[in-house]
Amino acid sequence: MSSVEETANEAPAVEAVPKKAMTLGMGASLVMLALLIIGPMFVKNFIVFQLTMLLIYALAVLALNILTGGSGQFSLGQSAFYAVGAYTSAILMEHFGVNYAVTLPIAGLICFGFGYLFGQPALRLSGIYLALATFALAVAMPQLLKLGVFEHWTGGVQGLVVTKPDAPFGLPISQDRWLYYFTLTVAIGIYIASVNLLKSRSGRAFMAIRDNEIAASAMGVDVALYKTLAFGVSAGITGVAGGLGAIAVQFVAPDAYTITLAISLFLGMVVGGVGWLPGSIVGSAFIIFVPNIAEGISKGLSGAVFGVLLFLVIFLVPHGARQVAMVAQHMLGKLGKG
Amino acid sequence: MELFINQVLAGVATGAIYACMALAVVMIYQAIDHLNFAQGEMAMFSTFIAWQLMQWGVPYWWAFLLTLAFSFAGGIAIERALFKPLAKAPVLTNVAGFIALFAIVNSVAGLTWDFTIKPFPTPFGNSPFLGSQLISTHQAGMIGVTVGLLILLYLFFQFTRIGLAMRAAAALPESARLVGINTSWMIALGWGMASAIGAIAGILIAPVVFLEPNMMGGVLIYGFAAAVLGGLSSPLGAVIGGFLVGIFENLAGTYIGHVGNELKLPIALALIIIVLVLKPAGLFGRPIVKRV
Repeated sequence: MSSVEETANEAPAVEAVPKKAMTLGMGASLVMLALLIIGPMFVKNFIVFQLTMLLIYALAVLALNILTGGSGQFSLGQSAFYAVGAYTSAILMEHFGVNYAVTLPIAGLICFGFGYLFGQPALRLSGIYLALATFALAVAMPQLLKLGVFEHWTGGVQGLVVTKPDAPFGLPISQDRWLYYFTLTVAIGIYIASVNLLKSRSGRAFMAIRDNEIAASAMGVDVALYKTLAFGVSAGITGVAGGLGAIAVQFVAPDAYTITLAISLFLGMVVGGVGWLPGSIVGSAFIIFVPNIAEGISKGLSGAVFGVLLFLVIFLVPHGARQVAMVAQHMLGKLGKG
Repeated sequence: MELFINQVLAGVATGAIYACMALAVVMIYQAIDHLNFAQGEMAMFSTFIAWQLMQWGVPYWWAFLLTLAFSFAGGIAIERALFKPLAKAPVLTNVAGFIALFAIVNSVAGLTWDFTIKPFPTPFGNSPFLGSQLISTHQAGMIGVTVGLLILLYLFFQFTRIGLAMRAAAALPESARLVGINTSWMIALGWGMASAIGAIAGILIAPVVFLEPNMMGGVLIYGFAAAVLGGLSSPLGAVIGGFLVGIFENLAGTYIGHVGNELKLPIALALIIIVLVLKPAGLFGRPIVKRV
């Protein structure tokens, strides 16, 4: 049975996830949270900006994780949803003067609708074919944004400049720091919601579809509904990330949202561990910092160094950061007993 | 009407490029069950080898043969060194591996041969073919080679022992092992052949798009689209898919107003998705029957 179908079913390639593994241990979560809160107080603005991007990409990776790790659908089109979110925020802020915080839920809702609609034809496709369809979406998006028809709104090839918000209530912190904490709040909110979503009835329906579509439908799961819903939720979260990204970078342009972004997000998911939500931040760190490290090692061969590092990661831990966390947990458990 | 025929002809000419690439894509898909994202970059690298050999004064056909041999060996080496250890890893990890390979090959080629555009010779000449301005002798030659390659592949897979063994290894690895086929080496062989076909595609495409490390980016997208459109299980489908994509793209550019040219690629891709939604296994692919 050398079939596409088989590849598709293998694609999630995660064992049924034990509930505990979906979240970090309580202690680890608290340490992580404390680091994320205290860390940025002591570093330069540029690093704060990078940390903001880290959180934003982590959100986008998390969104892909819900789609692929949760419901088993593969997408190379996340950059398109990210772009829609970014443009929604930018246009609302610059043309309509809407407050930046208000633009985010709107971006999320619009992307949810977009993703849900896209999920409808995608229902007929799986595996490689779904990958191609989403890929087409990602390739088409920058071209669509450049179209003359929308130029009045999107600024065409030039893009739009977005003003960076000041800290409210006269708080004595820089714009970058404020934006960081704002992003952190949004990210934590979405993270908790996502963990709960995957633990809920809907989350179990996603995973049932991922593991065996036919068995899931036999148990009364509405396969079509939950598959499109997964697309919608994933697109919605990606849209919020896109909106945040637009505010943080202060600029949107079609060529910032090419297929390269979608591929980066995919790599982030693999490195973080497919289906393991806390891994998203590890994956995000990989796609933000490793290219810089590669550049530092060798300017001319930065691509090759990046490739070699990526190979190292997948050779050592084929299941990504999740595998590391599991081994660590196992060892801690032993220590506790001994 | 004449405009229409001309555009179709021009579409066939570009379609030949995509058909070539699609054939290589299907080849490796048959052997390893994945789409190799680094296929285009491997083809580009092979083309650079051919170019380098010619720069050193090797005659065209010798350079061509040496490049084929090198690509074949290179494909096998990559499989043995990098992807055999990943055979048991999750599929998505393998895809990440292809992306890593893509980055490495692209960057190494860029450093070795730099990013300037280089002309590449063609053995078929570049005069108009049969008096038509739209299709040159090179493009006609390219179509000829693609069709020839297709026939050879058909014969290989249909009538040789080793071709049959490769099909068995791809279709039912377990059973193939039980009847004594070395499935692991069949996969390596598939990589080698795909890499060699990619080299042929690269050498044929280079005179049209010119030689540079990023030459395959656009071509590979269309090649994938063509392969999926035709059905990933059918080499013939891939070739026909390639021509169809070329024609689609040209007609969209001509007839859909001023938007057409900007949106050539999205329109072609959208058409493909529509075809897929109607016929999920591609135009010529076997529908997959699955045991549950």
